[in-house]
Amino acid sequence: MAGSWWLEWAFRLRVLRRIRFTLLTILPISAFFVLWDWIAIRSGHWDFDDSQTLGVKLAFGLPLEEYLFFIIIPLAIILTYEGVTRLKPKWRDRHPEGRAE
Amino acid sequence: MTYTEITSFALIIVVLVDIFVFKTSMLTTRGFWASYAIVLPFQLLTNWWLTSNEIVIYSPGAIIGLRVAGAPIEDLLFGFAMMVGFVSYWVFRNERRAAIASELR
Repeated sequence: MAGSWWLEWAFRLRVLRRIRFTLLTILPISAFFVLWDWIAIRSGHWDFDDSQTLGVKLAFGLPLEEYLFFIIIPLAIILTYEGVTRLKPKWRDRHPEGRAE
Repeated sequence: MTYTEITSFALIIVVLVDIFVFKTSMLTTRGFWASYAIVLPFQLLTNWWLTSNEIVIYSPGAIIGLRVAGAPIEDLLFGFAMMVGFVSYWVFRNERRAAIASELR
């Protein structure tokens, strides 16, 4: 997040200024990924070292850090995408037939 | 299911939702790929940090065993799926809001 927050000001992205809209975009998608995470952890695919987390566990037994991850990473992703397409607006264009231009 | 299977499965779901539900076809835009190129090194750095300090640990039986920057290749699929999912829904909601705004005008 520290690596991308400056984009908001440098490019006047209005991502953080519209934080309610932005969070409402992030939360439903994050819910999907949290579920996916939870399935993997519950299946024993991977786990956290409890001694290296704060020890605060929230819903589904996931540590606080995991929830922060699913807010901070999406913010960084969205800020990056908005930064890139602010510089290159045409890069928003879709090319469903595979044509370059 | 192994971690390999559930990450692959969920990645497919995310891409299908991008194409058919949100209709944003992010994978056909340069903006998506350029953003991913910027985000990926940070993911590799974070993965390396999380695995080298053993903050996260993986079950050897659940992954195919190929590792990039310390983390299983499956985590790169996970990161890619997150990238597609969040950018797609972001673009979808922004376009829908713009469409509503222009209708009201």
